[in-house]
Amino acid sequence: MADRKGRFGDFGGQYVPETLMSALEELETAYKKYSRDAQFRAELKGLLEDYAGRPSRLYYAKKLSEYAGGAKIYLKREDLNHTGSHKINNALGQALLAKKMGKSRLIAETGAGQHGVATATAAALLGLECEVFMGEEDTIRQALNVYRMKLLGAKVTAVKTGTRTLKDAVNECMREWSCRIADTHYCLGSVMGPHPFPTMVRDFQAIISKEARAQILRKEGRLPRAVVACVGGGSNAIGSFYNFIGDEGVRLIGCEAAGKGVESFETAATIATGKLGVFHGMKSLFCQNEYGQIASVYSISAGLDYPGIGPEHAHLNAVGRAEYVPVTDEQAVEAFGLLSRTEGIIPAIESAHAVYYAVKVAAQYSAEDNIIVCLSGRGDKDVAAIARYKGENIYD
Amino acid sequence: MIKIDSAFRRDGKAFITFLTAGDPSLEDTARYIGIMQDNGADLIEVGIPFSDPIAEGPVIQAADLRALSGGVDTDRIFDMLEGIEKKVPIVFMSYLNPVFFYGYDRFFARCRKAGVCGIIIPDAPFEESGEVKRAAKPYGITVVDMVAPTSEERIKKVCAHSKGFIYLVSSLGVTGMRKNIVTDIGAVVGKIRQTSRTPVCVGFGISGPEQARNMSSLSDGAIIGSAIVRIIAEHGSRADEPLRAFISEVSAAVHGK
Repeated sequence: MADRKGRFGDFGGQYVPETLMSALEELETAYKKYSRDAQFRAELKGLLEDYAGRPSRLYYAKKLSEYAGGAKIYLKREDLNHTGSHKINNALGQALLAKKMGKSRLIAETGAGQHGVATATAAALLGLECEVFMGEEDTIRQALNVYRMKLLGAKVTAVKTGTRTLKDAVNECMREWSCRIADTHYCLGSVMGPHPFPTMVRDFQAIISKEARAQILRKEGRLPRAVVACVGGGSNAIGSFYNFIGDEGVRLIGCEAAGKGVESFETAATIATGKLGVFHGMKSLFCQNEYGQIASVYSISAGLDYPGIGPEHAHLNAVGRAEYVPVTDEQAVEAFGLLSRTEGIIPAIESAHAVYYAVKVAAQYSAEDNIIVCLSGRGDKDVAAIARYKGENIYD
Repeated sequence: MIKIDSAFRRDGKAFITFLTAGDPSLEDTARYIGIMQDNGADLIEVGIPFSDPIAEGPVIQAADLRALSGGVDTDRIFDMLEGIEKKVPIVFMSYLNPVFFYGYDRFFARCRKAGVCGIIIPDAPFEESGEVKRAAKPYGITVVDMVAPTSEERIKKVCAHSKGFIYLVSSLGVTGMRKNIVTDIGAVVGKIRQTSRTPVCVGFGISGPEQARNMSSLSDGAIIGSAIVRIIAEHGSRADEPLRAFISEVSAAVHGK
């Protein structure tokens, strides 16, 4: 969908310092070569199946569907992947590519820690050095994932600049990459940043919708009415949408983190409140003030706490192919409990944003219809934070 | 509006200085610009502070934060610049978003009115700079091209139509003082000169007179940012004397005195 310069309509591009341009060119060339290389594809397929546990299940959530009262709700169980989220799909792809490029070290940003854990895992498996940059605030919110990354042999660097969250971790990765390019690959975790990342990460995540489309046709003999996924940068959402984009009757719905509400300043809902800008290597929508200073954003979910959105989402929104809706902390926490009680599945708080809205969407359809929700990650990492949100004093 | 080429009028070399607008206040910035131009700066880069300066090291990051927390914004920076006497060319250093979001036409019209003759945009590499260059041109504002040690084959493309001066980034990484600059600056300058006759000035990592002398002997000028910002960080509103001393010393080194 992206043209040569990585544009999705008006969005995308390569807005990075000159120092990084040759690294992006090198990456683009390598990605083009290996994405068509039969051996690379076979190796990645092997890793995804034998190591990460793909294909992930498409599970009919009967009790949740009954609760919603409408269409059958299917959960695409990315939470059952090795390391507990969809992030492993991209991390394995990029780590394998980095290895083919002769790089010996991966750096990565992480918010909730899921991408950091996935990258540390892929690095351990493939024998690469790994350093993960994580906002100091997030190292506190997600202390368990910090320790997990360390166990996997990665170095975790707490970022103490700016708002000390995901966007600052991305800043620090860009700075670090510009210092050390020759042996280092920046394993960016979402469909954002400069070209070729939005396209490459989308391709690695598109396996979600490739599998889901075949699975639903096998189980139901018809396409879903809607595909619902949470959106921060937007990697699980674009992965879930991609192979349905051509299916005109299928609604594509991205759930943004509204935090305390889109009317408040404590929100991370970019489509709802952001404006066109240029940041982190891409032209897209960003939460910013009247002088183009990037706003600090807020969500209970560290993984969605990002002031921008991937350029392909901005494009799908602009052309009306996908819908984006805000879901608040309170609603996500409600869905977190709901899915746990009805199905015995504790979702990541990120994914809970999608579950909340999926229940609303299902109610708009009848029992012959179905919808698919991407359950992008599991919620073990969030249990202590949810308890604290509810006023119970539990620590990791 | 004083144009960039007048910076090289003295002896073909330019000493370029940088400071962050509004650090610690816009009144201080106005006074420090005066001190710089009176003590040997040939061109002054005024940094528009940004919330997320990805090409800056810790010193300028901290200055941006101080300026923004002090309530500085783009309009107030223009107001300050309109109110001061300019004896040397003034250019902006800004990330693209504050310029883009302000609106290119509105931004460059105000540059012209304020006597700002150029802009350096670290996150608008050659491939993405066409739009902003087209917007700046009718107002007579020069967008400065940047070359890095990693540019290699890109130099031909990047420098083919460069105007004003070419900003040669001395080393990999972000802004900030370095003990040694390991890039073969002479070789990169040679490569640029095969393509362009526009003056080449070296920045990133130059901390004092010795490095400035070396770098400007290999090129057409030296750019100092973090070392100046550090003086301002240390002395706040009372940096007049130390700035005066530092600027005159480096200027003498660049101009071979």
